[in-house]
Amino acid sequence: MNFAIVVHGAPYSSEACLSALKFAKAVLASGHSINRVFFYHDGVHTANSLIAPPQDEAPVSEQWQEFGTGNNIELIACIASCLRRGILDETEADRYEKSGSNLAPGFTISGLGQLIDASINADRVVTFGV
Amino acid sequence: MSTILFVFSRPPHGSINAQEGLDALLMGSAFTTCSVLFVGDGLMQLVAGQSTDDLGTKNFSLSFGALKDYGVTRIACSKPDLLARGLNKDDFLIEVESLNAAAMQAFIRNHDKVLNF
Repeated sequence: MNFAIVVHGAPYSSEACLSALKFAKAVLASGHSINRVFFYHDGVHTANSLIAPPQDEAPVSEQWQEFGTGNNIELIACIASCLRRGILDETEADRYEKSGSNLAPGFTISGLGQLIDASINADRVVTFGV
Repeated sequence: MSTILFVFSRPPHGSINAQEGLDALLMGSAFTTCSVLFVGDGLMQLVAGQSTDDLGTKNFSLSFGALKDYGVTRIACSKPDLLARGLNKDDFLIEVESLNAAAMQAFIRNHDKVLNF
């Protein structure tokens, strides 16, 4: 079965972000596939490369990066949500003349159409953090 | 093509969830058949005459008027939640069908995917 995973919760503020990662790993371990992970609302904070958690807390953002790149799964952060929350890739930082970019490696900024496309094409959509 | 049901359960103000949910619905309706179900405090999103002047936020409720133009034909709300909040359909910005529990269950089952906001 093919899953689309949607993350609405920010790392550290919400359990949703880690729960989604654990679920995503379980999906693959069970022999299913994931067509895309879409980060929306506060979930886009996961894509912030400047997060510096205490050493005794899980590096949630890096764990997502490893999961995405290791399994060749797209990690998409919604552009409208990102811009509101100050998550910028180099293109957006230039466009809005901001002092720097902070999109973590392994993540891509793209539009809401990616959420709809993933939802249409997956067998199941599972949302975390609502 | 999969049909998508958007379920809105958050109040209109106090967080951006409702506004970003509506954005997703408008985008979804450009791709495929989408419907929307308002439950719980999500019903408050539909109340007419909202003003956000004193809040300093965007009054996105005006965009609900565009749903029909976007091809969102089925717009429904929970009848028990409507009654629990002392609202009736005349309070709403747009025409909405109210569904009892059994009808809501059927409505949800009638769609391929559900996105919650």
